[in-house]
Amino acid sequence: MDDLLREFLTESGEHLDTVDAELVRFEQDPNNETILRNIFRLVHTIKGTCGFLGLPRLEALAHAAETLMGRFRDGLPATSASVTLILLTLDRLKEILADLEATGTEPAGSDDDLISALERMAEGSAEASAPPPPPPPPEPVLPEPVARELKPGEVSLDDLEAAFLAAPGPDESDFAAPAPVAAAAPVAAPKASAPKAEPAPVEVAEAEPARAEKAEGGGAEGETTAAAKNNQTIRVSVDTLEHLMTMVSELVLTRNQLLEIARRHEDSSYKVPLQRLSHVTAELQDGVMKTRMQPIGNAWQKLPRVVRDLSAELGKQIDLVMVGAETELDRQVLEVIKDPLTHMVRNSADHGLESTAERVAAGKPARGTIRLAAYHEGGTITIEIADDGKGLNLAAIRQKAVQRGLASQADVDRMTDAQVAKFIFDAGFSTAAAVTSVSGRGVGMDVVKTNIETIGGLIDIATTAGRGTTFTIKIPLTLAIVAALIVRAGEHRFALPQVAVLELVRVDAGAQRVERINGAPVLRLRERLLPIVSLTGLLGQTPAGSDTEQAGFVVVAQVGRERFGILVDEVFHTEEIVVKPMSVKLRHIPMFAGNTILGDGAVVLIVDPNGVARQVAQGVQGSGGHADADDDAANEVADSKTTLLVFKGGQGSFKAVPLSLVTRLEEIECAKVEWLGGRALIQYRGRLMPLVPADPGIAIKSEGTQALVVFSDGERAMGLVVDEIVDIVEERLDIEIAADRSDLIGSAVLRGRATDIINIAHFLPLAYDDWARGLKRPEQLSTILLVDDSAFFRDMLTPVLKAAGYHVVTAASAEAALDMLQSDPAIEVVVTDLEMPGRSGFDLVAAMRRGEARLAALPVIGLTGAIGADAVERARTLAIADLVAKFDRAGLISALAEIGAETVSKAA
Amino acid sequence: MQAANANATGAPASGATTNGVETGATDDFVTVFVGETLFGLAIERVHDVFVPSGVTPVPLAPAEIVGLLNLRGRVVTAMSLRRRLGLPDAADEADGSKASPKMAIGLEQAGETFALVVDGVGEVLKLGADSREAVPINLDPRFRNLATCVHRLDGRLLVILDVDALLGFTPAGAKAA
Repeated sequence: MDDLLREFLTESGEHLDTVDAELVRFEQDPNNETILRNIFRLVHTIKGTCGFLGLPRLEALAHAAETLMGRFRDGLPATSASVTLILLTLDRLKEILADLEATGTEPAGSDDDLISALERMAEGSAEASAPPPPPPPPEPVLPEPVARELKPGEVSLDDLEAAFLAAPGPDESDFAAPAPVAAAAPVAAPKASAPKAEPAPVEVAEAEPARAEKAEGGGAEGETTAAAKNNQTIRVSVDTLEHLMTMVSELVLTRNQLLEIARRHEDSSYKVPLQRLSHVTAELQDGVMKTRMQPIGNAWQKLPRVVRDLSAELGKQIDLVMVGAETELDRQVLEVIKDPLTHMVRNSADHGLESTAERVAAGKPARGTIRLAAYHEGGTITIEIADDGKGLNLAAIRQKAVQRGLASQADVDRMTDAQVAKFIFDAGFSTAAAVTSVSGRGVGMDVVKTNIETIGGLIDIATTAGRGTTFTIKIPLTLAIVAALIVRAGEHRFALPQVAVLELVRVDAGAQRVERINGAPVLRLRERLLPIVSLTGLLGQTPAGSDTEQAGFVVVAQVGRERFGILVDEVFHTEEIVVKPMSVKLRHIPMFAGNTILGDGAVVLIVDPNGVARQVAQGVQGSGGHADADDDAANEVADSKTTLLVFKGGQGSFKAVPLSLVTRLEEIECAKVEWLGGRALIQYRGRLMPLVPADPGIAIKSEGTQALVVFSDGERAMGLVVDEIVDIVEERLDIEIAADRSDLIGSAVLRGRATDIINIAHFLPLAYDDWARGLKRPEQLSTILLVDDSAFFRDMLTPVLKAAGYHVVTAASAEAALDMLQSDPAIEVVVTDLEMPGRSGFDLVAAMRRGEARLAALPVIGLTGAIGADAVERARTLAIADLVAKFDRAGLISALAEIGAETVSKAA
Repeated sequence: MQAANANATGAPASGATTNGVETGATDDFVTVFVGETLFGLAIERVHDVFVPSGVTPVPLAPAEIVGLLNLRGRVVTAMSLRRRLGLPDAADEADGSKASPKMAIGLEQAGETFALVVDGVGEVLKLGADSREAVPINLDPRFRNLATCVHRLDGRLLVILDVDALLGFTPAGAKAA
C-alpha cells in the first residue's frame, strides 16, 4: 500500500470519527451552524479525496450524504431519522475503508439502498424509509467542538497529493483505472516503456510487505494505527512548535542573564560552558525557526493534479501557471491557506472558466488559464489566483443576494460591482445553476474568507465580464521570519525589514549632508535628490527639524517605484526576527508591521516600509515632479495646480520657475567658475556649462558656494545663477502679465508673496546662441502649431519645441488656430491645450476633422492637466495621436518624435 | 470551577459576572489600587501579577497604551488603568520619560494578552451579594462604563471593573477582533 492511500485511510478514519461525534452534537443542537459547517466540510473533504483516488463507491456515498446535509443547512429540520441515516452512511463508509485497508482495493458491492434513502430524505419525504438499525447511543459527555480544519496535520489532501505526485508510476493514462495505486502499479509497469519498469517494481515491493502486515493486523481499527506508525515523518501540531518557540525564547533570555552575571564575576570557569550553552541555544533557536518556514510551493504541489483531473471531469482545457512557488511562508500561515487555495483553484476551473465551446465562440483561446502567483510585497505576502474566464455573473449574484435575504433590492441596486462580488464570500452562496460534484455548493468561499481572516489577511476580487476574475489574497507578514535592520531613532530601537532596504548612507554636517527645501529634508545621492523622512519625526517623537537630523544614517528604501530615505540616529546590525502581529489595539497604526523580541529580550517595533512610503508621499509631494513619483498622483495635482521652484534672485526679490522645467538644483564652489570671453562657465559632468544670472542684479560670487538651478535639454545644460533656493510650492497659478521685461512672464502671488515668474525662453539663448535655432536636428524642420490660451505656457513650450528642432507658430485660441491652419499649409503637427475657455481643444480638433482633407489628417497632440478615462476616450474618437501632461516636456518631445517617425514611414 | 468556566468562556463576560453574583455565591476578586481608589478584577480573568519592566513605548498609539513588554517570551500590550480611567499619570512620572509603573495584571482577551498597569496590587477578596451595590449613577461616565458594581468594604469601597469593557476600546480604523 502506498503512502498516499495510507494517509487517506488515516485521515478519513479521523474525519469520520469526528463527524460521528459532531453529528450527535448537532442532533441535540440543530441550530448550531458551526457544527453543521464543520461536518459538511469534513464530508466534503472525504468526498474530494475519494474523487482523486478513484474510489467511486466512497465518493457516491459521501456525495449523497453531503447533499442531505446541504439541505439541513438550507433549513430542513434535522430529524433523528435523517441523522440516523447519515450515521448509517458513515458506518458504511468505515466498512469500505476497512476493506480498502485490508485488500488495497475498494470492495465490490452496491450502496444504492443507502443512496436512494439519502436522496429521498433530501427531497423532503420525511418518513424514514431507511433500514433502521438502532442509532449508536449518544455520548453523555460531549467532546469540545472540533476546529480541526485549521490545524496543520488535519489537511490530508496536501500530503496525500504530494505523495501522489512524488510516487513514480501511473501517469494520466492511468487515471481511467479507478483502482488505487498499489493495484495500478503492476498494470503501469508493462504499459510504461522501459525506463518506467524500474520504479514500478520498487513500488510493488514496498506494497507487498505492507499489505502482509495489514493482513496479520486483523480489525480495521488496529490497522489504522499500524498504518500511521509506518510513516517516516511525524505530524506535530503547530501549538507544540509554538510552545517550543516560546520556550526557546525563554532560554535565550535566561542565557543572556547568565552571560550578564558571568561578565560581572571574574570566575572564568563558567565561561567555557556558558559559551557552549550560548551556541547550543542559538542553534536550537535556528532549528525551531526553520521548522516553521516552508515555500508556498508545498501548498501548490497538488494543484496541477487537481486541475488536470478537473479538466478531464469538466471537459475543459485548462492551463495552470504558477509563479513564485519559492516564496517562503510561515507554516502556520501556509496550513491555513492551503485548503482555501485549492478551493479557489477548483472554483476557478469549474465556475470561472467557460467550456471550450463557449471560449471559442467568444473568440478566446480554447485553453483556459488559471494563474497562481505569490510574492513578497513590502510587509505582506500577496497571492493572486486569476482566471481568464467569463468573470462573475454580477446580475445573478444580485438576484441571489435578494433571494436569500442578504440585502434588499434597493440595497443591491445601490451597491457597486465590487461590493456585490463580495457576496460570494457568504456561507452557502453559489450561483451555479447546477450543483456538480466538483463545486457549486457554496462550500468554500466562506471558508476561504474565514481562514484568511483568521490570520489577519485580506481577500479581494476583481472581475471583468468576459475577461476573467482575479482573487488577491494579502497576508500580513505576521508569523513570518524576516531579516531586519535594527536601528535607533531617538531613544528607542526599531526593526526595518531588509527587503525594502537598498543601502545605507552615513550623513553628517560635512560632505554628505541632509539639505532642506522649505523644511523638507532631501539628500543628494549620486546626482539625484532623495526625499528623506526622519523616523523620529515620523513617529512624532521630536519636532521635525531638530538638530538630531544633522548626523546619523539614511536608510535608502524602496517600496514599489517610490524611493526614499529614512533618517535614523544609529544602525546596529541585521537580525533574523520573528514577526509577531500587533495587538488589535495597535493594528490601526500604519507605521508598524508588527513587533518582535530581540535576542536580548527587548520588544522592538517593526517599521512598515509601506506605511512610511505613504507618509513620504504625503509629506514631499511637491518635489515628486521629476522623481519616480506616482504618475496618477502627479496628474491629479497638475489638474489645477502647478509646482514651482521659488528662489531669490536680484535685490532679494522672489522669483519662480515651474519645477518640471528644472533638471537639478546644484551648489557649486565659486572657485570652480571659469570665465571665457566674458562668459561664466563651469565644468559640469565633464562638460562646460554656461552660467547665466537669473537677474541682471545678480553677480556671480567670487568665493563660497553658489546656488544654481540647472536646466538641460539633451546634452546641453545651463546653470541659472540665483541668490538662494527658497522653496517648492504648489499653487494655482494666476499670472498677472504686467512685466514688459522679456526675462519675466509676469508675476503671481505665491504663499502670500509677490513672485516673478521667469521666462526660460529668455535665458536659453543667452547660454547658447544656437539653442533656440535648433541646429541639432535640421532634417526634422517640421512646423508645429502650438495652441494654448495661456501666454505662460506658450512662452514656456515654444523654446522647448524650438530647441528640439521644430518651427513653432502659436495661437491663443481655437478660432485663431483654425485661421492659421487655413492660411499656413506648412503646419504639419498641432499641439493644443485641451482645456481652453470658449472653444476647447476638443472642439478645435473636431472642427479640423470635419474640415478639408489636409486638416482632417493632421496629427494632433493634446496637452492636458488631468488624463482621465473620458478624456482618453474622447481623444481616441477624435484621432488625437497622443495625450501629454502639460508640464511633461520629455513626453511631448517623444510624442512629436513618434509622429515624425510615422510621417516618414508613411511617406516612404 | 464550573462557575469559573462559565465566566471564562461566556462571550459577554459582563453578563456572566453579573450572573455569578446574582446566584448568591461568593466571587473572588483581585484588588488593585490607583491613587486612593480600590478596584476589583474577577480572579478568573487574572492570569498574572508581575512587575512590568522594559516597556517599549509605541509611538502614535492611543493614550491608554503604555507600550509593549516581553512577558516570558510573549509580547504583551501594556495599558495604563490610570489613563483608561482618564486620570493623570502618577506624579513622579508626569514628565513621561522615566515612567516606572509599579505593578501589572496580566489579562487575556480574544487570545491576546494585555498587561494592566496599576499603582499597586492588594489582596484577593471573597465577596458575596450582600455587600454588592449597583454603580452609583453620579459617577464619572468613564468609571460608570467600566464598572459592573461596587462592594461596600470596611471603611472603603471596592469598584468592580468589567475586564472586557476595560479592554474593549477600539481605536478608529482598528478591526474588531
